[in-house]
Amino acid sequence: MKLVSRQFDAVVVGAGGAGLRAALQLSEGGLRVAVLSKVFPTRSHTVAAQGGVGAALSNMGPDSWQWHMYDTIKGSDWLGDQDAIEFMCRMAPEVVVELEHFGMPFDRNENGTIYQRPFGGHMQNFGAGPVVQRSCCAADRTGHAMLHTLYQRNVRAHTQFFVEWMALDLIRDAEGRVLGVAALEMETGEISIFHARATLLATGGAGRIFAATTNAFINTGDGPGMAARAGFPLEDMEFWQFHPTGVAGAGVLITEGVRGEGGYLLNRDGERFMERYAPTAKDLASRDVVSRAMATEIKEGRGCGTRGDHVLLKLDHLGPEVIEKRLPGIREIARQFANVDPVRDPIPVVPTAHYQMGGIPTNYHGEVVVPGADGSNTVVPGFYAAGECACASIHGANRLGTNSLTDLLVFGKSSGDAIMRFLHANPGHSDLPADAGELSRERVARIMTQTGGEHVYEVRADLRRAMQAHCGVFRFPDLLTEGVEMVRVLSERVARTEIHDKSRVFNTALVAALELDNLVEVARATMVSAEARKETRGAHDREDYHRRDDVNWLKHTLWYKENDRLAYKPVNLKPLTADSVPPKARVY
Amino acid sequence: MHLRIFRYDPDKDKKPYMQDFHVELEPTDRMLLDVLVRAREQDDSLGFRRSCREGICGSDAMNINGKNRLACVTKITEVKEPVEIRPLSGLPVIRDLIVDMTQFFQQYESVKPYLVNDEPLPERERLQSPEDRERLNGLYECILCACCTSSCPSFWWNPDKFVGPAGLLQAYRFIVDSRDQALNERLDNLEDPYRLFRCRTIMNCTDVCPKGLNPAEAIGRIRELLTRRSV
Repeated sequence: MKLVSRQFDAVVVGAGGAGLRAALQLSEGGLRVAVLSKVFPTRSHTVAAQGGVGAALSNMGPDSWQWHMYDTIKGSDWLGDQDAIEFMCRMAPEVVVELEHFGMPFDRNENGTIYQRPFGGHMQNFGAGPVVQRSCCAADRTGHAMLHTLYQRNVRAHTQFFVEWMALDLIRDAEGRVLGVAALEMETGEISIFHARATLLATGGAGRIFAATTNAFINTGDGPGMAARAGFPLEDMEFWQFHPTGVAGAGVLITEGVRGEGGYLLNRDGERFMERYAPTAKDLASRDVVSRAMATEIKEGRGCGTRGDHVLLKLDHLGPEVIEKRLPGIREIARQFANVDPVRDPIPVVPTAHYQMGGIPTNYHGEVVVPGADGSNTVVPGFYAAGECACASIHGANRLGTNSLTDLLVFGKSSGDAIMRFLHANPGHSDLPADAGELSRERVARIMTQTGGEHVYEVRADLRRAMQAHCGVFRFPDLLTEGVEMVRVLSERVARTEIHDKSRVFNTALVAALELDNLVEVARATMVSAEARKETRGAHDREDYHRRDDVNWLKHTLWYKENDRLAYKPVNLKPLTADSVPPKARVY
Repeated sequence: MHLRIFRYDPDKDKKPYMQDFHVELEPTDRMLLDVLVRAREQDDSLGFRRSCREGICGSDAMNINGKNRLACVTKITEVKEPVEIRPLSGLPVIRDLIVDMTQFFQQYESVKPYLVNDEPLPERERLQSPEDRERLNGLYECILCACCTSSCPSFWWNPDKFVGPAGLLQAYRFIVDSRDQALNERLDNLEDPYRLFRCRTIMNCTDVCPKGLNPAEAIGRIRELLTRRSV
């Protein structure tokens, strides 16, 4: 049976910030673009971003893209590629202003300019301090405002959306070019081929590999899973950000903007403990530093509550007016998920898995790159990735708050531009291979007919528990070694998952099983890469190697699905125009 | 916890029915969505949408004990058992609790929900005073969950002609944006016996909004603008 095939100039998988920004560039450029999304675009997880988008607008005082670049490099613990970081920080003001022109309801200063708040790791004077106000925000709903604005602008541009279509696999020809994707229409259960001259993955992160996460249910690493199955490597997957302030027990995010506006953390003795760990930046040190400090307080018996398993985020001293004006969503969340009103009482918080620093390797044009014959980056024709699923690499070993939204805008746009240049130079579609879509059809058929396997929900729960226990804030050598074996066994279990629902119509169990195929690739990449990296850098904290090791480990990990093979490539320490920022001790 | 859930799979069911679920709660369960997730672990054919589980994405709107709400911010302690859960009313059912929202989004898009300003783009951001920005509060926060529109009898009768509260709230969000220049076109677009004026101020919209927004008031303001324009 031949699958229905649709032709487009470009196909964009994912309709969060990066996908929508890229789609806008393409639609406004007059191209035929199909945007596929598992959920209606405004349900994408960008919607949950709270605190702001980083750009050196200098609206609140002196700032510069060079300072932003320095902070991002230092934040990345020197694992970020400095060409891409320069590109992002230079472009940031332009894409934020553009977003304002699109109608984004940014908060305002008295003089009518965009209001910016302080955020962790963002400093003046090349890290020397004091803190800088760089985070452009719409109260504490910046992601929501941004996602809706971008969707609205796409409505204006008549972008063609395929809503509740789940992309399943990349289609590659014999030369290795990417020619589109096979996708499942959830409402009908039909699989179709989207035959495109350029394919952009913008599927977001995979935080759902962890049992406790700030991430939405849909964040299952579909792009990285598809890329891994198609033979592409995943870069730096050992680096996962644990956000300092997830609501204890619930996992729901409390923005760093709370600390940006003047909130701070307390241990059981009522001590503002961040002063000990980061004397200058205190509660606004970068996230890996704050999460590690919190985990240390808890581990050493200074946690709060009857079980001593969390710390407290105090903000009542900001006063009800500031909280209502700048942090209204946080107040709502705290009341709903922590049963406290932060106007009076502190919020119980705990470090919670939040952001995937690694992903599909790209350059700063969003072009997917793989090692060529001589080991240098080689562009894969027609294949792009942007946003959390990609690794440019901006965030290196630790992302700064606000840089995820900056990343979406800058690389959404730059990948759209790169696609237009590519399409201009490469007219016409290449022929689909004879077996296009076959892998996807087999996967769906396997799940729909499997008997005698374990239920997808059981295997998924075991996977998430294994990742949580073996690859968390602190990483122990024996747990990592065991973890590698566990995820290998889990991979085999995933290949035999069973579902009971046999309906073709909106089969959510089928979707869960297809998502688990992706989660397990991300989990394996994470565990194998983490076990191999024998140093402590950014969010990767080894109990047997306490220091960063620039001699042996100033390099990016590349994980390949086939035999869990690892390769490494150098970090680019050479910016485009600015001076290089050589590695040095990282103190906040 | 005892749930009674609307079931319908067009692939196999001739007509809809209600199914009882008895779910063992865990100490960490707080919201009704947590219970639904456990119900689905019992029976994986139960269809419902969900994503963010914190009330910001708008996926899991459903009718809970007669009222349209988001399952993820409906506390277990505030619902009476058996909890009767049905799909949003007034929208075609695809399967179980999953409804077809095509008409809802068509109406949203019909109000041109984007900023219109044809002046040459300034080099920097357009300026807006904090007071002008404040006028967008209570409007821009809409999550398009459709709780309001699908509880509006005027929308039930004329879903193809009446914009509905969610769409009208967004129409007003752009009308009051000091940066927008399409006031007259926006009002023309709504000056019609159905698009705006089918609103009978029943107020269900404001009563159910999970974000505490007030579409009824926005609709009233648009009416005022239209009246003022005509005199």
